[in-house]
Amino acid sequence: MNVNNVMSNKKIIAIYVLPALLLILALIYVPILLTGYYGLMKWDGIGKMDFIGLANYTSLIKDPKFWGSAYHSFLLALFSAISLIGYLLVSIILAGKIRGADLFRKIYLIPMLLASVAIAQLWLKIYHPTNGILNNLLTSMGVENTPEWLADPKIALYAIFIPIIWQYAGFYILIYYAALKNIPESLIEAAKIDGASAWQIAVKIKLPLIMNVIKITIVLAVVGSLKYFDLIYVMTDGGPNGSSEVMASYMYHQAFRGFDFGYGSAIGFFLLIICLVVTWVITKLTASKEDVNY
Amino acid sequence: MNKKAHTLLLVLMLAVFSILTGCSSSEETSGNTKKTIKFMHLWPAGSSKQQNKIVTDIIKQYETDHKDIKVEVEVLDNEQYKNKIKVLSSSNELPDVGFTWAAGYLEPFVKGELFAPLDDVLDGGLKESFVAGTTEAFAIKGKTYGLPLELNIAPIYYNKSIFAKYNLEVPETYEEFQTIVKTLAAKGVAPIALGNKDRWTGSLWYMYLADRIGGSEVLTKAIDRTGSFEDPALKTAAEEIQKLVDEKGFIKGFNGLSNDEGKSEFMNEKAAMYLMGSWELPNFTTNEEIAQEFKDNIGYFKFPVVEGGKGDINSWVGGPGVGMFVSENSKVKDDAKDFVKFFVEKWGEQSVTNAGVIPATKVDTAKVDLPKLYIDVLTDLNNASNLTLFADVQMNASVAETHLNLIQSLFGKEVTPDDYVKQHEEALSKE
Repeated sequence: MNVNNVMSNKKIIAIYVLPALLLILALIYVPILLTGYYGLMKWDGIGKMDFIGLANYTSLIKDPKFWGSAYHSFLLALFSAISLIGYLLVSIILAGKIRGADLFRKIYLIPMLLASVAIAQLWLKIYHPTNGILNNLLTSMGVENTPEWLADPKIALYAIFIPIIWQYAGFYILIYYAALKNIPESLIEAAKIDGASAWQIAVKIKLPLIMNVIKITIVLAVVGSLKYFDLIYVMTDGGPNGSSEVMASYMYHQAFRGFDFGYGSAIGFFLLIICLVVTWVITKLTASKEDVNY
Repeated sequence: MNKKAHTLLLVLMLAVFSILTGCSSSEETSGNTKKTIKFMHLWPAGSSKQQNKIVTDIIKQYETDHKDIKVEVEVLDNEQYKNKIKVLSSSNELPDVGFTWAAGYLEPFVKGELFAPLDDVLDGGLKESFVAGTTEAFAIKGKTYGLPLELNIAPIYYNKSIFAKYNLEVPETYEEFQTIVKTLAAKGVAPIALGNKDRWTGSLWYMYLADRIGGSEVLTKAIDRTGSFEDPALKTAAEEIQKLVDEKGFIKGFNGLSNDEGKSEFMNEKAAMYLMGSWELPNFTTNEEIAQEFKDNIGYFKFPVVEGGKGDINSWVGGPGVGMFVSENSKVKDDAKDFVKFFVEKWGEQSVTNAGVIPATKVDTAKVDLPKLYIDVLTDLNNASNLTLFADVQMNASVAETHLNLIQSLFGKEVTPDDYVKQHEEALSKE
């Protein structure tokens, strides 16, 4: 049989697409709807469910702890988005044919290969109040009251931001690097002949050409931050006293620690809506009339 | 040709698989004359070798005594176990016999009528063999739903050589205790190891202070709502905690350290004292991975009495760990109950000598050969005037969350003792 024949027959296409479609529906979309549905229940996860309408959602909107955790999540999103600028700079330098670019690329990528829990353990050691590398360094520099990084509610959240941002650096640098490498060499050479400086080439030629990729990474970074969970859970568990709680960890605590699966589901569903809205806003904000093409 | 070979291979494989699966299912049905008790526990051979061995031995013994019964075992890790039990119970597929925790954890299962009352098992002498107060922790509205296997109390372990170095004596009053804390802190030695990221660790300290100041009932009554959390004793206890924090009584950064990280400060002899359950005893006696020199250095004392307080030095914070339940919907309920009874009795005979786990059944210290620290703890247990169950276990899950978070804030001085008791009272009265 000819491939073209197969591809022109709509029924056959449908049959080929169906298994994957069913899997996605059953494993992703149905559970999402179910989560929204459980959010309407008072349910401890074991006994029977009682329908309570929108009560979970209304108390969620009035819950200061939820909004506190949402604030932390958005703060993380902001930091991740800002750090994209740094990644972009690094990848422009890396893509600029410097010596050892390959080695640096690998160095930046390594954190991504580590499991989140391993990263958490590593940074727990670094942040340890008495034996940690960081505080030992500070002590040797003569600092007397070394900070209690993860125990001080004022700095715990920011102390975790650092490993989170470090963790994903390689991922974004790799994306930018690949995009930059895709720019035709002839364009850059033409610009050089016309006397453009390295700065002008970066801002006027490279950036516009990879704008689409940048937009995607902004969405990825922001939405990824909003639903972030791993390092927070392992490193501080949202503590001390909720000072590093984010939306996803709050959902987990309500559902699995407080045995309130109805409320947990409501938070989960709300989180999904927030992510959808944010994605929509970002695409609207960054939408340009036409893509740059040289 | 090639294609045909592939198809053939596929068909063959399918055939083999169906035969294999067919075999295994027919094997199960062939033993139809035997009754099967499904039993789930949480001591895998890897991480809890000794416990696992005892369980296996007891099951073997039971099966030889009862030829018509087969015990089918499923073993999971602690956390996985907790999750699986929840999943199974929501689909009504609980094993016939399994493990549960006391009080607050038990409640939803009992409400959902998933566990069978075990009072008929306890009647006829078995109840008397339990240490007083242990089966009660598994009772809800007068019926007992679990038979406890473990029992723990929480003493304060201390490092004898650090104490000797600074001429310190084991304290009997809280005042003496505070002098020790101040002396050590002044010398730059961390007095108390604490990992309060886990929060229940700090709760132990608060519970003891509440007990020593207000007597053994005040906290329990506040929780079961026959009393109030705004009792002055409970507020004074909160104030004492913050005083201890101000005196630099706890290791640096304790609110960000897990219990294991906190414990390692004590194990490294950097901190002088550590309040923890008697489940740590193997680390100070029999554990071969820990230097003998260190183990010989460790003693324990009872939480000192507060002068003018109503507390008694023989009152302990502690309680039963896991207990066994029988599923209400089990098809072999009577056999399951019989098995549980057998298990609890045998477990009591072996657990402390073979695994270092103190059983909830009484142990005759004269008959067992144990390290001195064990004998002391067992003797103290027999002389205990009261046993207060861990506060977060007494409470239901959502109140326990509030309590634990407040404990962390109290230790971190983010909440005043006033607000601390007020917010407890609010959370408790809402339930």
